[in-house]
Amino acid sequence: MSDVAFLVITVVKIVVVFTAIMVGVALLTLAERRICAWMQDRLGPNRVGPQGLLQPAADGLKNILKEETLPAQADKLLFLLAPAISFVPALLTFAVIPFGAPLHTKWGDIPLVVADLPVGFLYILAISSLGVYGITLAGWSSNNKYSLLGGLRAAAQMISYEIAMGMSAVAVLLIAGNVTLSDVVARQATGTPLTWNVVPLALGFLIFLVAAFAETNRLPFDLPEAEGELIAGYHTEYSAMKFSMFYIAEYSNMVTASALMTTLFFGGWDIPFTTWDNTAPWTLLKTIASVAMFGAKVGFFLFLYIWVRWTLPRFRYDQLMALGWRVMLPLALVYLTVIATAIWYLHERLGWVYDARFALALGAVNVALAVPLFFVLDRGRLVSGSVAREGA
Amino acid sequence: MSKRTVELELATPGLDARGQPARVPLVARGLEPGNEPDLGGEHLLINLGPQHPATHGVLRLVVELDGEMVVRVIPHVGYLHSGFEKLGEYRHYNQIIPLTDRTDYLSPMANNVGLALAAEQLMGIEITPRCQVLRVIACEMSRIISHMVWLGTTSIDLGAFTPFLWAFQERERIYDLQEMWTGARLTTSVTRVGGLMADVPDAFVPGLRHFTNTFPNTLAEIDRVLTRNAVWAGRTQGIGVMTKAEAITYSLSGPMLRASGVPYDVRKDKPYLGYETYDFEVPIGEHGDVYDRYLLRLEECHQSNRILRQALDRLPDGPINVDDPRVILPSKSRAMSDMEAMIFHFKQVMEGVKAPVGEAYVGIENPKGELGNYLVSDGTAKPVRWRIRPPSFINLSALPKMAEGHLLSDLIAINASVDIVMGEVDR
Repeated sequence: MSDVAFLVITVVKIVVVFTAIMVGVALLTLAERRICAWMQDRLGPNRVGPQGLLQPAADGLKNILKEETLPAQADKLLFLLAPAISFVPALLTFAVIPFGAPLHTKWGDIPLVVADLPVGFLYILAISSLGVYGITLAGWSSNNKYSLLGGLRAAAQMISYEIAMGMSAVAVLLIAGNVTLSDVVARQATGTPLTWNVVPLALGFLIFLVAAFAETNRLPFDLPEAEGELIAGYHTEYSAMKFSMFYIAEYSNMVTASALMTTLFFGGWDIPFTTWDNTAPWTLLKTIASVAMFGAKVGFFLFLYIWVRWTLPRFRYDQLMALGWRVMLPLALVYLTVIATAIWYLHERLGWVYDARFALALGAVNVALAVPLFFVLDRGRLVSGSVAREGA
Repeated sequence: MSKRTVELELATPGLDARGQPARVPLVARGLEPGNEPDLGGEHLLINLGPQHPATHGVLRLVVELDGEMVVRVIPHVGYLHSGFEKLGEYRHYNQIIPLTDRTDYLSPMANNVGLALAAEQLMGIEITPRCQVLRVIACEMSRIISHMVWLGTTSIDLGAFTPFLWAFQERERIYDLQEMWTGARLTTSVTRVGGLMADVPDAFVPGLRHFTNTFPNTLAEIDRVLTRNAVWAGRTQGIGVMTKAEAITYSLSGPMLRASGVPYDVRKDKPYLGYETYDFEVPIGEHGDVYDRYLLRLEECHQSNRILRQALDRLPDGPINVDDPRVILPSKSRAMSDMEAMIFHFKQVMEGVKAPVGEAYVGIENPKGELGNYLVSDGTAKPVRWRIRPPSFINLSALPKMAEGHLLSDLIAINASVDIVMGEVDR
């Protein structure tokens, strides 16, 4: 492929992915409102367009037309910059996530990922932690005590859960033997969902899931905005489109986190029980099918996000910290050690290659670890009141 | 940037050195350069309210925070002061009843009953059996809607949005019944001295029976979502503990008192409206924390439902008003056709119902605690003094004690657990 063709294809991919995410985010806001309405026995927005499908457009229009306010004595530059700082990394992260099987064309294979970086996962860790700057700066620059508390909470929360998130994902990289996300997907796509990383690394997925909820500031970890306590936390003073930017950032983060969970643990774009992904004929249709599969998996996790949000109450700040440092981090460390040893034993000593048998053996290790976790470290100890209740 | 902190000179929490209620200055005092007071550390003074999503109205809490830990809370009340008690001194007894709607506006019917009972005690009136049962129904319906609002708002304060709408749906169903009975959903004014504003319509009894049959399903759903939820338990257990002795010292009443383990319920201990003949239990808490208050209110809803069923079963026929033309307004048609009725109508509207010289105090078990109505009469148709014992105001007085040393998030949970209504706190 010539340099020019590469450039053109990359630009096309950027535009397509950007558009898809923005439209997806808009529909996601509607989906969230309709799904929560369904859970709460009400209808939700269904007036604008068929089934309320144009509601996001109406909201967007409203936000553009609303008055932009600037609090007195706010730090003007940072106040304006903060929404952008939180918005950009949320979109950047998606660049390395493969969203479909490579497309065969007469000009060569086109990988369906904006940038197939050799350091894909490290890039994600680096970029996704940048988003918190936007939130913290928003809290600080608003010159509002509630915003400040929200911003501080966000910073502490992000640091605490980043570590557990990274640790649990290292196990995935051990299996893939590579940090490129295309290779992670390729390793899982063996024709059976048993080799999806969620089987050999079930507990790792659980840790990753919880950490991803915390990273995206969604309930039960939405302490930075905690409406009952901090009004709206870091974005209390924001209005109109700047406020909207924070929302778009939150929802883009959700999309990215869901895509990441799909890629790392659920085989990415792999269509279960098939190995015909990108062999001729009909490669275009097959690629489209794999993109749809990816979309369906991401959609499932987005639904999970919404489902959890409208079911659970919110953690308290110290409980969140205790969960992050006293439970998630040691758990991730121990888990990583055990899994690394098991992989070494299976691979080096027994000489197994990664297949369904390998995955099931690791899955058995997970079950063995889960028993003490859930029956010895029970609910009452993982999360308890600030003053332990006697006999309860 | 210079440090801007505010000095608070308080002998006891909430009181200044002279024992007067402290007024925390909004602007820092003595801010000449070099003379800036320092609290020693970086205490943050924040204003929770009067406009804040979790203060349940216009309560203002001045909170001193050390990090996120609450060092001191000073509640400021009075933003919704309406002078109801003074207004009452210029009104006939029946005209006071609409004022009671607006005190604790989450349980208007129970407030109506409380005032009517006090006025009737003052005048020595015995109400009819049907009226008694209907008033019990009014009280228990109020208890259910008040607890439903409490449950919903508390779960929202703690981040759980969905139970809020489930609870509010039940409340709407009771509001429909209240509307059917009185024509108003919120400002019911259902009682009159010596009886009721109106008898219940035909569809009311089957409607309420349907409600009592289906309401436990919603309670069970809420129970399933919250009671054994680790996050909910973690946020509420051991928070804002009041011991038995403290609860009595702070003169708490209602669910706040019983959650601390004191078995005092006006319906059992000083029965009115024939509550002694109903079969119901009074739940008692063990730990006196927010979680116990939650469990207790949930159980009270079950018990109220039980009372409602019994009341429906025994609802006797007969008049709702006492047979005394000096107290009860004759019907419009009789006032227009019967000379004597017209005179009584005229005298009641122009002069009101006269009460003998004396005083009366009646306490009833309102959803939020013991609601007392104290009336003093000088023999005219208007009281010379009307005093309300507002349960949520007195319960609120324990908030600073309960919240100290907890986190800001806990303060929200504790404040929610008190179940305040600012209309009643400020009156």
